[in-house]
Amino acid sequence: MEKKEVTVELPLEINKIEENQEYDNLVKAEEIKEKGVSQKVDIPNPIVEIKDLTLKYSGSPALIDINMEIPKNKATAYIGPSGCGKSTLIRCLNRLNELIDGVTIEGSIKISGMDIFDPRHDVTELRKRVGMVFQKSNPFPKSIYDNVAYGPRIAGIHKHSVLDGIVEKSLRGAALWDEVKDRLNESAFALSGGQQQRLCIARSIAVEPEVLLMDEPCSALDPIATVKIEDLIHELKKDYTIVIVTHNMQQASRVSDYTAFMYLGRLIEYDTTEKIFLTPSNKQTEDYVSGKFG
Amino acid sequence: MKKFWKSGDPFVWITGGALAFSLLMIGGLLFLIMAKGLGFFWPSDIAEVTLKDGAKFLGQIRGREEIPQPDASVGTPKLYRIQLQIGNRDIYGLDFKWINKNEIAKIDYPSEAVLFERLEWGNMYGFIKEIREGEVIIARGNEQSWIALKGILPQTEEIYKTIKRIEKKDIGDFNYNIEKLRLDIKKLELRGGDPSALEARIKSLEYQIELQKKLYQNKESELAGLYEKLAENKIVVSTVDGREKEMPIGTIVRAYQPNDMSLLDKVLLYISKVWEFVSGEPRESNTEGGIFPAIFGTVMMVLIMSVVVLPFGVLAALYLREYAKQGVLLRIVRICVNNLAGVPSIVFGVFGLGFFIYVIGGSIDNIFYTEALPTPTYGTGGIIWASLTLALLTVPVVIVATEEGLAAVPRQIKEGSFALGATKFETIWRVVAPSAMPAILTGLILAIARATGEVAPLMITGVVKLAPALPIDGHFPFIHLERKFMHLGFHIYDVGFQSPNVEAAKPMVYATTLLLILIVVFLNLAAIIIRNRLRKRYATSAF
Repeated sequence: MEKKEVTVELPLEINKIEENQEYDNLVKAEEIKEKGVSQKVDIPNPIVEIKDLTLKYSGSPALIDINMEIPKNKATAYIGPSGCGKSTLIRCLNRLNELIDGVTIEGSIKISGMDIFDPRHDVTELRKRVGMVFQKSNPFPKSIYDNVAYGPRIAGIHKHSVLDGIVEKSLRGAALWDEVKDRLNESAFALSGGQQQRLCIARSIAVEPEVLLMDEPCSALDPIATVKIEDLIHELKKDYTIVIVTHNMQQASRVSDYTAFMYLGRLIEYDTTEKIFLTPSNKQTEDYVSGKFG
Repeated sequence: MKKFWKSGDPFVWITGGALAFSLLMIGGLLFLIMAKGLGFFWPSDIAEVTLKDGAKFLGQIRGREEIPQPDASVGTPKLYRIQLQIGNRDIYGLDFKWINKNEIAKIDYPSEAVLFERLEWGNMYGFIKEIREGEVIIARGNEQSWIALKGILPQTEEIYKTIKRIEKKDIGDFNYNIEKLRLDIKKLELRGGDPSALEARIKSLEYQIELQKKLYQNKESELAGLYEKLAENKIVVSTVDGREKEMPIGTIVRAYQPNDMSLLDKVLLYISKVWEFVSGEPRESNTEGGIFPAIFGTVMMVLIMSVVVLPFGVLAALYLREYAKQGVLLRIVRICVNNLAGVPSIVFGVFGLGFFIYVIGGSIDNIFYTEALPTPTYGTGGIIWASLTLALLTVPVVIVATEEGLAAVPRQIKEGSFALGATKFETIWRVVAPSAMPAILTGLILAIARATGEVAPLMITGVVKLAPALPIDGHFPFIHLERKFMHLGFHIYDVGFQSPNVEAAKPMVYATTLLLILIVVFLNLAAIIIRNRLRKRYATSAF
């Protein structure tokens, strides 16, 4: 009996996979090259300018000809299916990709008018200006206080009174202060997953970056913790430029002002969030945001 | 049947059985060592064995075994013999005697039988006849003499201690000073310079030597007086077969009548004997007395090794894991490091002798200790060279463990540090190394366990049967890393297999083994406690 059912189901599965592959092949065809657009929308007050960015992992391209600007003090979201290069793109902004062997980058990125690949600039200086929050919360194996004070200490601040102020301000900024103010010396691992992620946000904003990169910050969190982080993003927008990568399209529509849709290493469409989700001009974008694939 | 195998139950039984078997073996080994080692110090009763032919023996029963009867027909009753420690080596020549059980007429435990532990000739078993001061008899018979002996023993012990102190401390100091002055003169002569000034200085040094020698002679005569005093009181002991032996009370370490002692007295005596074993110096070519110098040498050597091996191993592992370019070459290096851990230890010993002692030690002598040549200072075995050899032996263990710890640090944590603007060095120093600390200490624990048990490489790099002085003493610079030292592992080998009196040394071997195990456990426990505390601090993320 059971065996029969399996044999019935199997071909269906295979069909599904084939369908997807067909679609992929279709997209891989000329269509992308023609329609792979650079940005159309006018960006007010851009802080990040990406020009002709191509990135290759030991020869095979992961990002192809990206051109876009990211507005200051707004939240910009990147959406797209897995492996489309959104994480790779934001990791270019703080040059974290360079830690991986065999990565070559062409093109230029300017942040506040400064070319970040210019060898005259120190990469650690760049990373102090461009903070990052990761997919999995990654607090250091230290106390809550030491986690937040890590960045300022690296930057050479060692005075206790100053550090205390920074820690409090950052934790308040990450909406965590009231929950942890009585146990700053406890291990960061004693916190819940959502608290750990907010601690990582506090740690990032402790060095007062210009841009805050968020790589799927809520993917490992439950809905309640997610709501807290999303509220926080709305708050943080006032002081920081937020660049967020997300798998969750509802989240993108909730938190971002601008949205970029990427597919197979190319920027397909970039516009205001409203436009992307309501009246996308590209067929693939429409298919993706309406849930036809991805 | 197939179903039974598939169920997995037999596999559970097999794995559980394997574990139980290993535990049983280890437990049995420990039990044997503990029973034999700890039993050695127990003051068991003295038996007076009378044979059927009328011969009498006095001593402690140490063992019992079956007499092999290869020609006997089936059903013959088994025959046994007992091992009696009869002592009195100066009279009988042998400490132990095997007596067939069927020859024994009776066994008594006379309450006045006395056991004398002596500085020379081992134990003596017998009965007290009289005590003399010079030629005058001051006590006669067992009861009277026993009381007198109790009064005299502490006095002689006091004198003996004074003698030892003078011999070790004062005379040691004079010898040390004279040797130093002699070397100073030689140094001046080697350096040369203005002859008249030189002569004057040498004269003054020679005068100082004369002074030291005079002081030395004073002490010598003081010592001679003390020795005379020690020999003043004499005890006459009669053995069970009627022979008499006169000996100075000063040569008696301890005297007791075990048959007449209560359990509490025996326990107290037991504790004092164990304490003597742990804290005292060896006597009678190591077969008696304590093993403190060996304990000291072992622990000090392991500590020096730890101090050397830990930074070396950790730095090497950091380079391999964090800085070196991952590739074929690195893989080869890693395989070599792993294989190095399997190289027989004697190979390291030979290397230590050839490189550390002859090359490095020899060079140090040539540069800094020219005046002492041809007597080598660093160019001969010493605790520092033994420790370095062991450090070399254990460095692969630390490297491998540290590398594993470093590899286990999540990449996200490192990236988190980089994303905050930390350099690679800051990331390693502040995040990676602390996270890997428990693994590093695991490596150290393994290294300590291996180093403590190692004997072969030490035999050619500085361990000796009897070291005249500890590597730490009151002479500047207080820590003498060039000195030879004693080691528990070597002590076991020496006492067990190189001793002239094997039977008497056997329990000593067990006791020393037990102590070696205890020290390994103690050192490991200390490291494990530190590691667990660190682990709590650096517990890695739960998800």
